[in-house]
Amino acid sequence: MLDRLQELHGEAAGKIEEANTLDELQQVRVAYLGKKGPITEVMKSMGKLSKEERPVVGQKVNEVRQDLQQLIERKEAVLEQEAVSEQLKKESIDVTLPGRPVKKGSRHPLTSVVERIEDVFTGMGFQVAEGPEVETDYYNFESLNLPKHHPARDMQDTFFITSDLLLRTQTSPVQVRTMEKHEGRGPVKIVCPGKVYRRDEDDATHSHQFMQIEGLVVDEGIRMSDLKGIFEAFVKSYFGEDRKIRLRPSFFPFTEPSAELDISCALCGGEGCRTCKGTGWIEVLGAGMVHPNVLEMGGFDPEKYSGFAFGMGVERFAMLKYGIDDIRHFYTNDARFLEQFTRE
Amino acid sequence: MLISYQWLSNYVDITDITPQQLADELTLHGVEVDAVEELGAEVNKLTVGKVLSCEQHPDADKLKVCRVDVAEEEPLQIVCGAPNVAEGQLVAVARVGGRLPGGVKIKKAKLRGQRSEGMICSLQELGFEGKVIPKKYSEGIFAFPENREPGTDAKEALGLNDTVLELDLTPNRSDCLSVLGTAYEIAAVLGREVTLPEAPVTVSEKKASEIVKVTVEDKDANPYYGAGMIQGVTIKESPLWLQTVLMASGVRPLNNVVDVTNYVLLEYGQPLHAFDFDRFGSDEVVVRKAYAEEKMVTLDGEERLLSDSHLVITNGNEPTALAGVMGGAASEVENDTSNLLLEAAYFNPSVVRQAQRDLGIRSDSSIRFEKGVDPNGVVPAGRRAASLIQQLAGGEVLDETAEFDELDRSEKVIRITLGRINSSLGTDLSAENVLSIMDRLQFKAEEEEGEFIIHVPTRRQDISIEPDIVEEVARLYGYDNIPVTLPNTPSTQGGLSEKQKQKRKIRRFLESGGLHEAVSYSLTTKEKEAAFIGAEQRRVAVALPMSEERSTLRTTLVPHLLDALSHNRNRNRYNLSLYEMGSVFHTEEENVSVQPQEQTHLAGAFMGLWEQHAWQGEKKAVDFFVVKGIVEGILAELQAVAGFEKTEKPGLHPGRTASVVADGEEVGWIGQLHPSTAKQWSLPETYVFELNLMKLLESGGDEMRYRPIPRYPAVDRDIALVVDHKVSARELEAVIRETGGELLTRADVFDLYEGEHVEAGKKSVAFSLRYLNTEKTLTEEEVTLVHSQVLKALEEKTGAVLRTQ
Repeated sequence: MLDRLQELHGEAAGKIEEANTLDELQQVRVAYLGKKGPITEVMKSMGKLSKEERPVVGQKVNEVRQDLQQLIERKEAVLEQEAVSEQLKKESIDVTLPGRPVKKGSRHPLTSVVERIEDVFTGMGFQVAEGPEVETDYYNFESLNLPKHHPARDMQDTFFITSDLLLRTQTSPVQVRTMEKHEGRGPVKIVCPGKVYRRDEDDATHSHQFMQIEGLVVDEGIRMSDLKGIFEAFVKSYFGEDRKIRLRPSFFPFTEPSAELDISCALCGGEGCRTCKGTGWIEVLGAGMVHPNVLEMGGFDPEKYSGFAFGMGVERFAMLKYGIDDIRHFYTNDARFLEQFTRE
Repeated sequence: MLISYQWLSNYVDITDITPQQLADELTLHGVEVDAVEELGAEVNKLTVGKVLSCEQHPDADKLKVCRVDVAEEEPLQIVCGAPNVAEGQLVAVARVGGRLPGGVKIKKAKLRGQRSEGMICSLQELGFEGKVIPKKYSEGIFAFPENREPGTDAKEALGLNDTVLELDLTPNRSDCLSVLGTAYEIAAVLGREVTLPEAPVTVSEKKASEIVKVTVEDKDANPYYGAGMIQGVTIKESPLWLQTVLMASGVRPLNNVVDVTNYVLLEYGQPLHAFDFDRFGSDEVVVRKAYAEEKMVTLDGEERLLSDSHLVITNGNEPTALAGVMGGAASEVENDTSNLLLEAAYFNPSVVRQAQRDLGIRSDSSIRFEKGVDPNGVVPAGRRAASLIQQLAGGEVLDETAEFDELDRSEKVIRITLGRINSSLGTDLSAENVLSIMDRLQFKAEEEEGEFIIHVPTRRQDISIEPDIVEEVARLYGYDNIPVTLPNTPSTQGGLSEKQKQKRKIRRFLESGGLHEAVSYSLTTKEKEAAFIGAEQRRVAVALPMSEERSTLRTTLVPHLLDALSHNRNRNRYNLSLYEMGSVFHTEEENVSVQPQEQTHLAGAFMGLWEQHAWQGEKKAVDFFVVKGIVEGILAELQAVAGFEKTEKPGLHPGRTASVVADGEEVGWIGQLHPSTAKQWSLPETYVFELNLMKLLESGGDEMRYRPIPRYPAVDRDIALVVDHKVSARELEAVIRETGGELLTRADVFDLYEGEHVEAGKKSVAFSLRYLNTEKTLTEEEVTLVHSQVLKALEEKTGAVLRTQ
């Protein structure tokens, strides 16, 4: 009987070894260790044995069973491992296929420029003011020291609605509107972005609608040197630390003295190139000390208060920043244009 | 304004400074030089030649074979195609090996078998612009009007060694609309002296004031009128120096008298006019306002219809000139003119501006008068012109100009303290610094008890108040030398307002949702909006639109977004979602008289696929609920409480349109474009929304507060309800919420089914309900109780029954 057990053990161990799948292994388990298996048979026939033989055979039976159990478990682990490997192999993918993009829209470049400029100035203690696009002649011209029939008032430039209402030609009207709200008390520190309109034929460099950002600082003791300081801070923050600024005298009816602000050309580093027309400088904004008439019309005493104002073209900033060569792109809303600004 | 460098150098010493350096200095100190043009930069080897003979080309009708003496051993043979080439002419010869503008290189050539050793040049070929070339030379080669030695340098003789500065003058600096004015500016910038031109005149015994009488009816419009007389002049071509300097300044030479008046206009900035006195029509000059609808023919041949706001020079009877703008054709100086009436006058700027604007004429004369000429320059300019006319056209200059004179020639006096200057600029200038700058400007200045008393020369009409003096000091001191400081103001709280922050938040939300921001024009047409907003809607129209397409202000943002979708679709872009935030303009008035209401609107337009992942085969077309989800998201961002109500609107699908309602008021809408509207824009199935953002920003909710996370578990129950098709999801939800009371925390639609498994006319709507008691664990019994009440209420109020299948 012991021989038989030994034989069964060998036989079963061989089959366990040969099993290729978990199913086959299960069959081996049932065949040898099951209730109807040969080992159970042996156990059942143990009654025929003598008292002396019985424990010996019994022990052997348990040994064989345990051993086979162990072999099966080990084999099972191996087969499971193989099955997992097989499964993983099947699940292998081409990781170079494109991923599923996260849907993302874009900010219009004009908005990007406005927001960046707003951020620079709000960081310097400015507030953002807004004003109507349909303005009165008073705020757009008269309060800015441009009485009717003033030569600097180019009538051809303005979209009039009535003799007194017009589409604002500049964001400057917000200057006086804001000063009025302050009721003659400083400080006033605002920037004001917005759309403006002029009677220009639309072409690569002209647009009948465009955007400006106006700035105004009014307080006691504001000097022209402060204007330089604020600009230097702005230019370095917006265009980069290595940019230089230059002020040139200019003329605006609502400022005196007036200035144009140039920044050193980024493309050629000031050597002179096509972008800067060989001058090494790029004109970016107009500015000046607020004209006493304007202060007065805004309700501020020009003997006590002074201030500076500035205005810049948003399209121009965007064109410089992104290298855009045609102003009409801003208003065509071509997806091939807009999508490029997804990361901005 | 074009300024000849050589001409300029007659009045101020600029020999040690190049034109480019001069341009840079001027620009940095306030007179911007736009361009520096070296006239003959592309011209070399140009020689004076004398045409010895000129014969017909044997094989070409239009060519001539010339022998030209250039002071070499042999004359050159040159084939020339100009009709006006003739024997005896002194011409400009471009020699072999030389160059002309436009990259032309002169080589030995054979033209139809004839040798040609150079080129006889026209003024165009030498780079002069057609509009400044005298008529005489416009159709052929140029011939010197005066004797020149063959073989000498023709480039020099033609003024082509000169450089022209193109000034881009700001409106205040009209003093630089003249060579002398610019010379004063250069003198101030460089710290040099100005040498005024001389004007020697030999005056006869006769007096102009005894021959002609001047009457001015409107002394405000014309405070000074001087009529000089020159008798017995000979009209002819001007000498070459005068012609070349005029051409360099952009003026076409005409004849010696007219050229002199133009020359002095450019030199002094004082417009002058020479009348042919024999054609003037009388011996009195009467300056008066024109009569209503009075007519006159100006010397450009145009008949002008005048009004009583225009000033005219008359002969006592009819207009002979439009004051300050243009002379009349009848008394124009012509070749046979012999006696001149030379007008030197001061016309009021606003009168000239009015005429200029009404009649649409901008002449070299009017652009100077409209800015105000120098009251002290009028008489000297007249005298200078008389001197030059005498020199170039002969004749007798009569004594005692006939005048009307009530002109104020006094200088403005401005008082300003040193402290004021320094505190305006942030500088630390001394009194000496300021006085030296005034000296450079040739402003008489003295210091008295800490105050400068400054006499501003009348040539500087732009200087009238303290800040003007501050600017003069600043620009001559140099803007670059002003220190860099920051304002000493108390620190201010900068930043965006709540509404501005909310607007940015919405932009971020839409960007991250995959929408691209569009910006379109505010000006549109009524027709474009007609699909959405009826013609009866009042609109704000611009008075003189540049085009029909841009004639009224938009009242909705949607049409231009549709234009944008259409634009992209025409470029094979089929899937696109755009939004725009911008103003729309509403008025209640038929004829607008007050500012319209400007409201910030937010709109979106969507076509094609909303989501797709191509190689995984996933596609989701945009539909009503995509757009609704976005609008709901916006409302949530703004914490605005608003609902959606089914509605119908023009331009939109009648079954797929909803109003967005907040506080009982419509604040926007969503919908699918009506197929016929879509067709109008050549668009496929397209969805749009538009919100009145201002209203939503106002309705914004409270600040966000944290709510504790529930400590007890919730119980979920899903139900599928079969109801009539017409029962809306919102009605069902309302009943559920009402009945579920406090225990019900969520009721979400998770399925909608219509079809064969549901009775016709009905639909199945499935809700997922969540019950929760924040105080304790809910028991099964509690849930079952409330849930069965919900089901009962649903059946009673909406006829909904549980779907059994």
